[in-house]
Amino acid sequence: MAPNAAAGADTFPKLLVRNAEIYGKRPAMRHKDLGIWQSWSWSEVLDIVRPYAIGLHRLGLKRGETIAIVGANRPKLYWSVMAAQTLGAIPVPVYADAVADELAFVLAHADVRFAAVQDQEQVDKILSVAERVPHLELMLYDEKRGLRDYDHSKLHSMDDIIEDGHKALAADPSLATWLKNEISAGKGSDPSIILYTSGTTGASKGVVLTNERSIRAAADTVAFDKLTEKDVALAYLPLAWVGDHYLNYAQGMVSGFCTACPESSDTAMHDLREIGPTFYFAPPRTLELLLTRVMIRMEDAGFIKRKLFHFFIDVARRYGERILNGQAVPLRGRMLYAIGNLLVYGPLKNVLGFSRVRVAYTAGEAIGPDLFNFYRSIGLNLKQLYGQTEAFLYVTAQPDGEIYSDTVGPACPNVDIRIAENGEVQFKSPGMFTGYFKDEVKTAEVMTPDGYVKTGDAGFFDEETGHLKIIDRAKDVGRLNDGTLFAPKYIENKLKFFPNIREAVAFGDKRDFVCVMLNIDLTAVGSWAERNNVVYGSYQELAGHPLVYDMVEKNVAEVNRSLAADKAMSGAQIRRFLILHKELDADDGELTRTQKVRRGFIAERYAPLIKALYDGSKEADISTEVTFEDGRKGVISARVKIRDMKSEPTAAPMGKAA
Amino acid sequence: MRAPSGPLLAVGDILLAVENVSLSFGGVKAVSDVSFDIRKGEIRAIIGPNGAGKTSMLNVINGFYHPQQGRIMFKGEARASMRPHEAASGGIARTFQNVALFRGMTALDNIMAGRTLRMHSNFFWQMLRYGPAMREEAEHRRRVEEIIDFLKIQEIRRVPVGRLPYGLQKRVELGRALAMEPELLLLDEPMAGMNLEEKEDMSRFVLDANDYYGTTIALIEHDMGVVMDLSDRVVVLDHGIKIADGSPAEVKGNQAVIDAYLGVAH
Repeated sequence: MAPNAAAGADTFPKLLVRNAEIYGKRPAMRHKDLGIWQSWSWSEVLDIVRPYAIGLHRLGLKRGETIAIVGANRPKLYWSVMAAQTLGAIPVPVYADAVADELAFVLAHADVRFAAVQDQEQVDKILSVAERVPHLELMLYDEKRGLRDYDHSKLHSMDDIIEDGHKALAADPSLATWLKNEISAGKGSDPSIILYTSGTTGASKGVVLTNERSIRAAADTVAFDKLTEKDVALAYLPLAWVGDHYLNYAQGMVSGFCTACPESSDTAMHDLREIGPTFYFAPPRTLELLLTRVMIRMEDAGFIKRKLFHFFIDVARRYGERILNGQAVPLRGRMLYAIGNLLVYGPLKNVLGFSRVRVAYTAGEAIGPDLFNFYRSIGLNLKQLYGQTEAFLYVTAQPDGEIYSDTVGPACPNVDIRIAENGEVQFKSPGMFTGYFKDEVKTAEVMTPDGYVKTGDAGFFDEETGHLKIIDRAKDVGRLNDGTLFAPKYIENKLKFFPNIREAVAFGDKRDFVCVMLNIDLTAVGSWAERNNVVYGSYQELAGHPLVYDMVEKNVAEVNRSLAADKAMSGAQIRRFLILHKELDADDGELTRTQKVRRGFIAERYAPLIKALYDGSKEADISTEVTFEDGRKGVISARVKIRDMKSEPTAAPMGKAA
Repeated sequence: MRAPSGPLLAVGDILLAVENVSLSFGGVKAVSDVSFDIRKGEIRAIIGPNGAGKTSMLNVINGFYHPQQGRIMFKGEARASMRPHEAASGGIARTFQNVALFRGMTALDNIMAGRTLRMHSNFFWQMLRYGPAMREEAEHRRRVEEIIDFLKIQEIRRVPVGRLPYGLQKRVELGRALAMEPELLLLDEPMAGMNLEEKEDMSRFVLDANDYYGTTIALIEHDMGVVMDLSDRVVVLDHGIKIADGSPAEVKGNQAVIDAYLGVAH
C-alpha cells in the first residue's frame, strides 16, 4: 500500500472539506497585510470558499468552464482557485508580470469567460487587450483601490461576491446541499488546472492536469519529504508556475501545511525571515542572488567580523557537508563547526530566513557546485529535483543523505524513467498531464505510443550514484563541423558559475568552433568597479570596459581549462567571446519567463554579432529594439568588442574524440 | 474622513477662499491682490514661471506668512492670523519643495509623526505605554499601515529615510502629510527632480489620495504636462498677479499664460 496522505479524497474540493474536518483550527494560510500577519484556519478557509463558490455560481460560472487567475501570491487568488474547483470549473493562472500580448494569448486560447485578478494594474492590462479576448465577460478583483470609477457592469469585487454568496446561503438553505452535491459530483479524472508553460520553444501551451493525478503525485512527495500539517511554506514564486501550484497549493492541500503569502514581492525576503518556513524552494538564481548580497555586505563589514566570517565559512566548507550527511568528522572539526554555528551560520541562516527550514529544494537550472555546497555547508538541507510542468513537477529528487551538486537524484516514488536512444529522458509518472489544452498535435508530439512523456532533455544515469544527470536540451546538443560534441548549456553553465557572469549564450552547432555571448552581473561587477575606481554610467558602459573584458577573459580561460580536462569536450573550447551591450530580458523575448535563454531567437536578433564572431572582426555594430513593461519600444545601439581566446592543451594525449 | 472642526462641507462647496491677498517683503511685492477659491474634493493647481509667487501663496494659505492685505476664508470663516501648527490642527497639511523629513528616523516613524496632532492621551499615559495610550497607539499604527499600503512602501518601512532615494523620500513625505488626515493638502512641487517613472507613480498617488481619501489638494508644479493631467482647475500667477483661472483646457489656450511662459517680444 502506498502511503496515502490524501486518504481517499480524489479532488481538491474534497480535500479542502477533509482538511477543515481534521485540521479545523490549524492555520491554512497566512498573509501579511497592513504590517500584521493575518491567519486563516482550514475551517475558516472553507467558510470563505463555500460562499465564494456560490457567488461564482450565481454569476454563471459552470462546470468545465475556465477562469483566469492573474496576480501575485495572495490568499484571495488561492481561494479563487479553490472556489472555481469547487464548482468543477478549471482555473488558469497567468503570470502576473506577463506583458499584455502574452496575457491576451493565454486568455483567448483558454476561452476564459471570467478572470479573477489582483488589482487595478491587472484590470487595466486586461481591458487594454479586451477586443482580443472575445469570450471574457466578467472580472473579479481583490484590491479595490483606483477602481471606483470603472464601469462595474463587468467588474466585481471578490469581497462583494463572497458576501453575496453568504447572503444567498443564508436565504436559501438548499444551496448548501446543492454545493455539497456539486463537490461529491467532482471526479478525480476532471481537469483541476491548466498551467501555461513559459514556452522555451515558441508560444506557450496549456498543460492540463487532473485532480486525481495531481493529488496522487503530491501525496507521494509529501510522504517522501515527510511533510505534515505542522510545516510552513512561503508562497513567493509566480502563481502560474507549476512549482508554486505543486509545492504550495497541492502539497499544502494534501498535507494540510500552512501557506504564507508575502506582503508584496519586494518584501518577500524580509517576510521569509519573519515566517521562518520549514519547507523552502528557490531557483538557483535566487540562491545566487542571496549569496552575492551576503558576500557584498561582508566586504563592507569591519575587519574582525570579516575575518571571523571567512574563517568559519572555511570551517564549514571542510566539515559542514559531512556533518549534514551524518558522516564521520574529527572531534576538533565538530567543535569548530559548533562554534561557527553559534557565531556565523546560525545568525546568517536567521538573516536569510532559513533557521527552521527542514527541506529545501532547488531546480530549474544547473546549480554551481560552490553555490550548492555553500548552503549545504552552513547546514541548510538543500536538495535538487528535476521535473517539468507536464509531469506536474517531480520526475526525480534527491533523498536526504544522497546529495551531489551535479545530479538531480533518482526517480521519485512511482515514477518510471528511461533514456531514449538519442539520449532523451522520458518518463511516466503519477502526476503526468493528460494533454495540451486544445492542441492534440503538440500532445501527440511529446507522448510516445507506449505512454511515456518526452522531456526534451538529454541526460544519463550516473553509474556511480545511480542518479540522473541532465546535460542539455536534447535538441540543442549539436556537433561542430569536425564532429566534436557540442552541448551549449553545459558550457554556458560552467561560465555562469562565475559570479561576474550573469548570462551566457554559446554557439557552435554546425560551425568550426565555439563562440559565446555574455552578460556581466551588474551587482558583482558593479561592486568590483566601485572598489577599483572604475567609473561607469550604465550597464552598457561597464560591459564594454577593457578591464571588465580582461577580468572576464580570465574566467573564460578557466572554463577552457576545465573543458580541456574532459576529452569529449576538449574540442568545444571557447575561441572567441563578446560581452553584450544590454542585459537579456524576458520582455524582449530573449529569456523565457522562468529566465532561460532562448538561443534561437537570440541568434536571429543578434545576427550581425554572430557574423562578426565567425568572420574574425574585432568589433561589430548592433542596434536592438527593447520593450518596456508597458509595451512601449525603444532602440539601443552599440559597438561591441570581440576577444580571441587561445586554446588550452587537451589533457588526454589522444586529442579530441569525435 | 472626519472633519476636525467647523461646519461639514459637501463636495463642491468652497473650502478655502483667498480674497484680495497682497504680500510684500520690504519693497518686493510677492503677491498682489490675488483672489481664488479651492472647492472641496478638487485638485487645484497653482502654476506660474519662476518667481511668480507660488510658494509665497502656499505659505499664506498655510499660515506661515500673514498677508498685509486681504483675507483667507477657511470653511466659511475668516481666518485670523495663525501659526502653521494651528493651520495643521485646523486640517491643512503640506509637503515641501525640498524634502523635509527626519532623516535619521525610519519611514514608519516619519509617517507616525504625522499622527502627533491626533494623539489625545496625555504624556503620562504615553510614558507608561499602558491602557488608553497603548490602544491609541495601536489605532494610529493601523492608520499609518494603511497609508504605507496605499503608497506601496512596505519594503522600506524600517529603513531610515536618509538612506532612501529621493523619489521614495518624496513618497514618505506625502505619507506623513496624509497621516494627518487633512482636509486640505498642499503639495509644493511634488514632482520636482523626479524622472518620468517616478512622476507617473507620484501622479497616481496624488489622484488616488484625492479619490480614495477624498482629500482636497492644492499643488504647485512646474511640469505643465503633470498639471494639465492631474488638476481639475488651475490658477496661473505671474509676477505675483493672477493672470488666469479655469480648467486646464481654458488655461492652456489663454494668451496671457502663453506669453508668461514663453515670453513676449517687447
